[in-house]
Amino acid sequence: MREITYVEAIREALFQKMSEDKTVFIIGEDVGIYGGAFGATAGLIQQFGEERVIDTPISEAGIAGACIGAALTGFRPVGEIQFMDFVTLSMEQLVLQAAKIRFMFGGKAKVPFVLRMPGGSGTGAAAQHSESLENWFVHVPGLKVVMPSTPYDAKGLLIASIEDDNPVIFVEHKLLYKVKGPVPEEMYRVPLSKSNVVRQGKDLTIVATSIMVQRALQAAEQLAKEGIDVEIIDPRTLRPLDDEPILESVVKTGKVLIVHEAVKMGGFGGEIAARIAESTAFDYLEAPIRRLGGLDIPIPYNRKLEYHAVPQVENIVEEARNLVALRV
Amino acid sequence: MQLTSTAIETEIYQPDHQRLLEELGEVRLREWVMKMALIRSFEEKAEDLFARGLVHGTMHLSIGQEAVAIGASSAMQPGDYLLNHHRGHGHCLAWGSDVNLMMAEFLGKETGYCRGRGGSMHIANVEMNNLGANGIVAGGIPISVGVGLSIKMRGTRQVCLTIFGDGAANTGAFHESLNMASIWNLPVIYLCENNQYAMSMPIQKAIKIQHIGQRACAYGIAGVTVDGNDALAVYDAVRTAAERARNGEGPTLVEAITYRWKGHSKSDRQAYRTREEVKEWQARDPIRRLAQLIKMDEAEYEEIFKKAQATIEEAVAFANASPEPDVSTIMEGVYA
Repeated sequence: MREITYVEAIREALFQKMSEDKTVFIIGEDVGIYGGAFGATAGLIQQFGEERVIDTPISEAGIAGACIGAALTGFRPVGEIQFMDFVTLSMEQLVLQAAKIRFMFGGKAKVPFVLRMPGGSGTGAAAQHSESLENWFVHVPGLKVVMPSTPYDAKGLLIASIEDDNPVIFVEHKLLYKVKGPVPEEMYRVPLSKSNVVRQGKDLTIVATSIMVQRALQAAEQLAKEGIDVEIIDPRTLRPLDDEPILESVVKTGKVLIVHEAVKMGGFGGEIAARIAESTAFDYLEAPIRRLGGLDIPIPYNRKLEYHAVPQVENIVEEARNLVALRV
Repeated sequence: MQLTSTAIETEIYQPDHQRLLEELGEVRLREWVMKMALIRSFEEKAEDLFARGLVHGTMHLSIGQEAVAIGASSAMQPGDYLLNHHRGHGHCLAWGSDVNLMMAEFLGKETGYCRGRGGSMHIANVEMNNLGANGIVAGGIPISVGVGLSIKMRGTRQVCLTIFGDGAANTGAFHESLNMASIWNLPVIYLCENNQYAMSMPIQKAIKIQHIGQRACAYGIAGVTVDGNDALAVYDAVRTAAERARNGEGPTLVEAITYRWKGHSKSDRQAYRTREEVKEWQARDPIRRLAQLIKMDEAEYEEIFKKAQATIEEAVAFANASPEPDVSTIMEGVYA
């Protein structure tokens, strides 16, 4: 199959949906001639014109509001927040308006839009351009939260998100943008709320999100050489969560490591751990549930410090090795 | 070099009442008085129900502000959109909503506009393009940008009326939205219902300029300040703004200066203002003022209120007879 990058896959999804559906439009900062800060919308303004690829002033609340208002009146906007950090400025519109409108109105309205935003560290952009804030949204009923980890998923999940009738927070990762992978040229959908068993194994379950899926795969290769057989599950949609494959996997392996880049304290891993602990899978655990997440600090600027602020392949290898060695 | 403030001083717009009276006619203006009486009766009943412990939640009464609701709504056309604020019973009724379904929503019943999930602060009537009252100050203003864009992209001649208070005019959301609406020339009317207090903060202390309407100049759009207790003045300004929007001339900021007779919400002891000030404004009752303008006699005026109160009693009876939402439906409506 043809291989393209994660950011090309996103661009292709946008292009194909916009070609097919006149109600889809793009709105955000520098999404037009500039092509988006990371190039996700490059070339789209030439294809669809400035009426459907709308450059905005630096107004994140306004971008979110524009998505909501247009969605309420028949469109399927795709907004872009240049860095996930800046979504802090859109929070009122997303949390208090988008997420609640349908419920508050007794189910009589829908708000179908996607808000794309790149999260994550590793680019030396320091504390205000490197955050992983997905779990803030995971806490909000009415929103959907999607985090693709491969080019294939990026395209299929974005198309499914645009077609979904709910507000979708679509979290991309800056370091994944240049990662290549097989992506079909035609349109396809990766269904929301369907966890993916990325790698099958019998000794240990690793639940990972976004870039940590890639790192877990690299770790699994190293661990395989040591005779440790790792199963990796990527939830892909964090809310609403499909936890069945995770629980089934834990029943099979008896050991689980949860890995995400976001700060561990209050992170998504806590939810996964709790769901395992609350389920019958708990009876099958042969060791404590372990989590790897970002350190309890803002992302530092210095390259070495930044590297050590979030889980890396070697951390996953070490944690997995310890977990497999444990006998309770 | 000399630096001075560039704020443009503005007068409060004085409409030509005689022309408006002739244009609108006595029959239609009598209906306005009836609708205003209905709004006031709805809110007096809401207060009464609350005082008797029959309402679970809170409420924000717009008694004294009825001219803004009726003047603005009457200037709009079927198919236009409405976004309004938490003190929104009046706008919703003036927009043509069913008083029974509103009362049922206020009392949290399944038959209410939002199936009892929204309550007083979130009444919406999507079928009539009333996109809802908003519990967040300025919460609806950014949404108006999207509604305006949507109208522009569909190429219809609709207009979005966005009503917010004086408090909202000092939020960042106001600035972002008016700027975006102005650069894209969106068909949105920004109607600031200035009732002079953001909860307890008087507007004189909250802005340094004279009128919020002056802020239009910062966005390069049309702006006007009117007497918000004069239904004809509000109508004149909003209708002109709607015509401009329909003709592709973009957004307008209309400020209507009015006054809230009651406290901010149920818990307000009103320590921030004097009884004399409230009385002064009660003497400028917008309903009585319109009735006098069309030379309605006292007997008819009282009759209109009696009828309105009877309608409200029927609405309360409808709401009381309506079922509560069933707990088995609690999860409904979160996702489409």
